[in-house]
Amino acid sequence: MFVHALKQIGRFSFEILSSMGRALRLLSSALIRRPDHRNIPLIIGQVYQLGVLSILIIVCSGFAIGAVLALQGYTQLVRVGSESALGLGVALVLVMEIGPVVSALLFAGRAGSAVTAEIGLMKATEQLASMEMIGVDPIARIIAPRFWGGFIVLPLLALMFSVVGVWAGSLVAVDWLGVYSGSFWSVMEQGVDFFDHVMKGIIKSIVFGFVVIWISLYQGYDSLPTSEGLSTATTNTVVFSSVWILVLDFFLTLMMFEL
Amino acid sequence: MQSLKIEVLVGVFLLISLLCLGFLAVKVSGFSLGKSNDRYLLYSHFEQVGGLTVRSKVAISGVEIGQVLAIEYDQETMNARVTLEIDSSISNMPSDSTASILTEGLLGSKYISISLGAEDQTLSEGDEIFDTQSAVILEELIGKFLIEQF
Amino acid sequence: MTRNSIVFDNVSYNFGKKEIFKNLSFEVPAGQTVGIMGPSGTGKTTLLRLMGGQIQPDTGTVFVEGKDLKKIKRTELFELRKCLGMLFQSGALFSDLTVFENVAFPLKEHTRLNGEMIRYLVLIKLNSVGLRGAAHLFPRELSGGMQRRVALARAMALDPKLIMYDEPFTGLDPIALGVISNLIKDVGSVYECTNVIVSHDIEETARISNLLYVLSEGEIIGQGSPQDLKKDDSPRLRQFLNGLPDGPVPFHYPAPEYMDSLIGVKNTKRTIIKRDD
Repeated sequence: MFVHALKQIGRFSFEILSSMGRALRLLSSALIRRPDHRNIPLIIGQVYQLGVLSILIIVCSGFAIGAVLALQGYTQLVRVGSESALGLGVALVLVMEIGPVVSALLFAGRAGSAVTAEIGLMKATEQLASMEMIGVDPIARIIAPRFWGGFIVLPLLALMFSVVGVWAGSLVAVDWLGVYSGSFWSVMEQGVDFFDHVMKGIIKSIVFGFVVIWISLYQGYDSLPTSEGLSTATTNTVVFSSVWILVLDFFLTLMMFEL
Repeated sequence: MQSLKIEVLVGVFLLISLLCLGFLAVKVSGFSLGKSNDRYLLYSHFEQVGGLTVRSKVAISGVEIGQVLAIEYDQETMNARVTLEIDSSISNMPSDSTASILTEGLLGSKYISISLGAEDQTLSEGDEIFDTQSAVILEELIGKFLIEQF
Repeated sequence: MTRNSIVFDNVSYNFGKKEIFKNLSFEVPAGQTVGIMGPSGTGKTTLLRLMGGQIQPDTGTVFVEGKDLKKIKRTELFELRKCLGMLFQSGALFSDLTVFENVAFPLKEHTRLNGEMIRYLVLIKLNSVGLRGAAHLFPRELSGGMQRRVALARAMALDPKLIMYDEPFTGLDPIALGVISNLIKDVGSVYECTNVIVSHDIEETARISNLLYVLSEGEIIGQGSPQDLKKDDSPRLRQFLNGLPDGPVPFHYPAPEYMDSLIGVKNTKRTIIKRDD
């Protein structure tokens, strides 16, 4: 029994290590192929697929979360009479935490799973193999543009998310709850620092973008060419991405506050 | 046609994101490019800096004219030495001006306020503001108040 | 002395613990239509992947157009593939491109021809498979047989010296089947191109091939022209050609004794569910 369990653990860790190895190999071979002039239209296409088509979900969620933050913050702050700090609170939380994290989670669900499914299906229907046989490297043609596209897009989406959130917050706070607009904006301006807060949020979303698109591409490329394999891969993309985003968020916050 | 439409939409997308970055920089964090203008440094010593931090603002009559660049402990004078970075357009501060550490509002952050003196000589790069007023520590104040009461 | 398009020299290949090929040696002469047949599960698709250099044999060497696929560099391999065409079982058309763009894809990638020239070439290829009128459609709008014809046009786009077909006759209605098999025959004679057909459809493959190899359990059990094979009376070959359910190739997957399995004694790990009376 004990030997059997040991064997299982051994096999399991071997499986994890070897899949990490395959993921690293995919990443390195996608990175080696630097985007040349032929690849630029492909990357633009991916920015459209992954970015432009995600705007709606990002804007809607950003609006809802900004409004909720303002509402919750107001009910707490108004008790101590410092509702003028509401703008600061909403902006800080959005720019440093919620903006990067929630937009990355949404990106994994909307764009990451689509990338996994697309590549998994291309593999299952032998499109990748036939491309290879035509003499075109699928990693350069399919994987690399998606990697760069996703990598560029997420920080931009996170910026949009934060801006829409702050705007929604101001709508709720100023126009609805009657917080004085001058103090709402000026306290925010005083308290939020571009390098201390905004830049750190951007760095977070750059890291998240890298991780999410990497996981999505690997899951698709490594999926089993069956309908079950495809659905497992898509689920894995969302689950692994979400867990990695949240864990990395903790460590990034820890590191950046130490700095 | 299809690819042209996509290119235009991607262009608009990039433009909007840049505007968002601009909004976050200017409207949310009050970041202005003017800050990189010429500046000159002044020094001053304080007995107690309280909650003053690097990048706290320096103001005259409440108008921001610079920021705190560094705070360190000076071994010779045995108190805190604060380096101030002042906008070079403010060039006529009398040399007997006073620097005091004040608090914005009751619980707000600390900043340095400069009250102007009357000397003809003005402060310039590397000079020191000798007349200083340390931060008021709320706990000390409460302590004093309690002692006076009983 | 004829030139060989493909040479397999003592090739062995294992998938996990399963031995797929052992010491396989054969050659495909240039300009011929060669059929490789065998029951399902004998690794016919693996054979094509070995020919395309997508996987490497464990031992032995594969030569394609005189080049050793093991020693060749990655860039040379991609260079070599420009003169190979491959028709996948599913067609494997790029689903986000139209029929026209699918056929134009190899031309755009590997030639410096201008748009007008590419248009001519694509229309010529599409016309030869009878689908010029479907150029603007997407692959999903075509039937399986038509998709395979488009895939054939794409495989021929660069006028390759060698085209490989993976089960080209499976899942087609009799008309589509006739169309495809005639097209393959024409490709061989008109373009002077070597055809390698991997299939288990004995009749169609035999009809258009000059040379046949029959594979079973990783070995070649029969070879020669279609007429030769008909005369050969090795039992394994006869079983495959005549379609007998049981023979040297057993009907059953290797298993413990039937009775033993049922009553749940030795050699089985399955537990028998006991009924509580």
